[in-house]
Amino acid sequence: MDENKGGGGSFEDRLETARRKQGLLPAEGPKKSGPLDKSLGIGLRVGVELVSALVVAVAIGWWLDGWLHTRPFLLILFVLLGGAAGIANIWRLVKPKD
Amino acid sequence: MAAEAHAIDALGQFKLTTALGPIGASVNFTQSNLMMVISGLLILGLMVLGARPQAVVPGRLQALAEMAYEGIRKMCIEQIGEEGKAFFPFVFTLFMFVLIGNLLGLLPFSFTYTSHIAVTLTLALTVIVLVTIVALKIHGLHFFSYFFPPGAPVLLAPIIVPVEIISYLSRPVSLSIRLFANMVAGHVMFEVFASFILMMAASHALGSFGVVGAVGPMALNVALMGFELLVAFLQAYVFAILTCIYLHDAVHLH
Repeated sequence: MDENKGGGGSFEDRLETARRKQGLLPAEGPKKSGPLDKSLGIGLRVGVELVSALVVAVAIGWWLDGWLHTRPFLLILFVLLGGAAGIANIWRLVKPKD
Repeated sequence: MAAEAHAIDALGQFKLTTALGPIGASVNFTQSNLMMVISGLLILGLMVLGARPQAVVPGRLQALAEMAYEGIRKMCIEQIGEEGKAFFPFVFTLFMFVLIGNLLGLLPFSFTYTSHIAVTLTLALTVIVLVTIVALKIHGLHFFSYFFPPGAPVLLAPIIVPVEIISYLSRPVSLSIRLFANMVAGHVMFEVFASFILMMAASHALGSFGVVGAVGPMALNVALMGFELLVAFLQAYVFAILTCIYLHDAVHLH
């Protein structure tokens, strides 16, 4: 009761203290995890990001090989580069905002 | 649809047929095109009718229109910055077209135009061409420094530059495949479980037990419908927010 009579605070403040006493407020930890649709959106993106870079790299490697008659060396090189690009895509997705 | 038992035709639903009778057939106007026109009219109707009342306390239609408008506008400004206002009409159109297309596809007897890679790739290429033009217009030839982040050792340039170029080119691919694959997967699952319902109910071996058992796939399909509503919204949201992120890169570089 003392806190309630403490005055000073506005209605919002008193409501918040009351709620905290009842344990109705979510724990105030580091609130890092976004809303559900945000994390779901990221989850759905990761796999495709990884694969699409590889798809593009294989296409480029295959085409360059056909053009320069170097099959299969550029394809091998570009598969490696594509894998790196896929990892780079994912790093860009999950890296902390600076 | 797979009406006969013992045959699941999961991909037949994506086949294009002509719509609007003989006129549509002669100009090759498909049901996909028809759904695009319908969704365009729906979006136009929502925005025009939703904006008409101009009530301080909005009704349902006005609230929906305002929510969509303000949500996307906020997203543009948050992701791109103040320059984002200029791209809002583009992002909003894209978002609504994908969203309504996904949702319309969930109705019986309709067609999901976002389940065709031709459609999603066209949308993704439009985005990427626009992003590249914007970047070239704002930064000129300086845009090409995007492919080599500042501060990286020059010795690594032969590796970094190809990786960055591949990464840049993979954007339209990932953008289009994500939307297309999610839509196809959802609708194939609908078809497969719906076929299970018919197969179980019509099965002679199971008899009347089959009719009771058919409730299982039926329940799955009901749950799947809820999930697909989420996916329909989420994929439109992801498409729009990625467009914003790419536009941010184009406007600010790095």
